Amino acid sequence: MSTAAALQNNTLNHSLNTPQIRHSPAHTATIYLKEAKYEFLKNLRLRMYTASVLSFPIMFYVLFGLVLNSHQAINGTSVSAYMIATYGTFGVMGASLFGTAAGLASDRGLGWLQVKRASPMPPFAYFAAKVITSMIFSAIIVLVLFTLGIAFGGVRMPVGDFAKLIGTLVVGSLPFSAMGLALGYFTGPNSAPATINLIYLPMSFCSGLWVPFMFLPKVVQKIALALPPYHLSQLSLGIVGAGRSGSNATHWSVLAAFTMICLGVARIGFQRDQEKMYG
Amino acid sequence: MASLDAVNKNYGDIRALRGVDFRVRAGEVVALLGPNGAGKTTAIKLLLGLMQPNTGRVRVFGGDPTDPANRMRTGAMLQVGRVPETLRVREHIDLFSSYYEKPLPLAEVLAAAGLEKLSHRKFGDLSGGQKQRVLFALAICGNPDLLFLDEPTVGLDVEARRMLWDEIRRMVDRGKTVLLTTHYLQEADALADRVAVINQGEIIAQGTPNEIKAKTSGKRIRCLTTLSIATLRQIPGVTDVKADREAVEIHAAEAEAVVRELLGLDAQLSGLEITSAGLEEAFLALTQESTRTQESSRNEIASN
Repeated sequence: MSTAAALQNNTLNHSLNTPQIRHSPAHTATIYLKEAKYEFLKNLRLRMYTASVLSFPIMFYVLFGLVLNSHQAINGTSVSAYMIATYGTFGVMGASLFGTAAGLASDRGLGWLQVKRASPMPPFAYFAAKVITSMIFSAIIVLVLFTLGIAFGGVRMPVGDFAKLIGTLVVGSLPFSAMGLALGYFTGPNSAPATINLIYLPMSFCSGLWVPFMFLPKVVQKIALALPPYHLSQLSLGIVGAGRSGSNATHWSVLAAFTMICLGVARIGFQRDQEKMYG
Repeated sequence: MASLDAVNKNYGDIRALRGVDFRVRAGEVVALLGPNGAGKTTAIKLLLGLMQPNTGRVRVFGGDPTDPANRMRTGAMLQVGRVPETLRVREHIDLFSSYYEKPLPLAEVLAAAGLEKLSHRKFGDLSGGQKQRVLFALAICGNPDLLFLDEPTVGLDVEARRMLWDEIRRMVDRGKTVLLTTHYLQEADALADRVAVINQGEIIAQGTPNEIKAKTSGKRIRCLTTLSIATLRQIPGVTDVKADREAVEIHAAEAEAVVRELLGLDAQLSGLEITSAGLEEAFLALTQESTRTQESSRNEIASN
């Protein structure tokens, strides 16, 4: 190859940024499956992950949704059902943020992502595994809340609504996975968990995930309109018959827009890493 | 198989590699030898396509290192701060094997890396040496033709180091090409067909381990003498002189001529001791010498 051709080839490769892997479709599917399976197992065995991500929403639900307020109702919906929607949102948000951001920041900062990038792994498989794992954990949390609600809180609802609520919350993990990817690119391995908590906890409170929305101060209620968890919780509350205001289309649009913004930020981080060739 | 041509790589103001020309031919084991911060890891990362050079050309299998077809034929063992600890050894290998078209069977990888009895252990429960062996297993599981090993034995005890050496030799017997970095001359000597010594981003010597040793090895002469250090430096064959408490330590390629000269110059000379300079020490002398010449040439440039 002449030098000129080599140079051209080099520029070409450079501009492609994400090289195409020539795996067969079946092989590619296997890689994606294994990547997701091991990402799931990795987090499942990580006590720091399961303890904070699974146990908090479940504990809060048992305490506030079943033990303390179970005979009360909010807007005609029993507290036990209402709180499946709100603590479900809370759980989905935590599972997705911690599932993507903490792992990504650590893999980037401590060299593991470099080992993977030096291998022929399709780069997208790595991100897909994190997103899929977050969705699975989201589903687990919602199912546990449901089981508890049905068994101890007298929650009853048509199977269709039940499926709709789970579907909404699992799809609703996507904006938070996207947010997690963005955070993972702009935090370090040690600062990531603290940063996540700093965003996750105040956002949950302001969105009415802990204290029902109508009991929040007026100022906070106004802030909530700009927060993605508020919109996901409203979509979920709509299904259990306690939706407040705004059409579903508006809520979904806000979540979609938020997802795109976060993916854009994550992409900037990804490209910065490629150029720095660091992560 | 792999080459760097006139490669320069900077990190901001730090010049990690300066005009490095270097190649690895099929079937050989090449050691990139140098102290910490010499640019060894940078060279490996360039060859793996994890970074781009500022100027110069990096080639693997005659093509771009980021080309996935080339990555299929490459295995890498890098220095990693944290590997996911909750996955088992065989799970890590299973995942990495899935990336490759024709991976080695799991049992073979486990055997090659000496991990048969540890395959069910979680990564976080392994000792330092065992962890290094898992990283080695991940590098070889795709049955690559070209293997990059960045400081494969750093932090290992003597026994674990020898075990890994044996494993690397077995890969070579199977016709693999290996580029490894190390800061132990002994390791380069034990494994490599060819050694490139790198210091402050420049390759300062290349050759077979014997040639490198010949360049660096020599004798250390210790004695009590009234001769000044400046005088001692004048003696032909002397490469270095250091005052060591009341004695002096003279480094020379050949001891005999220097000792004859010494005894002729100072009849009162006493406490004469001649020892072979250790390999590590000799290597240190080589890199220190290059550092000194690099610095002095830089000073000359600065004063001009």
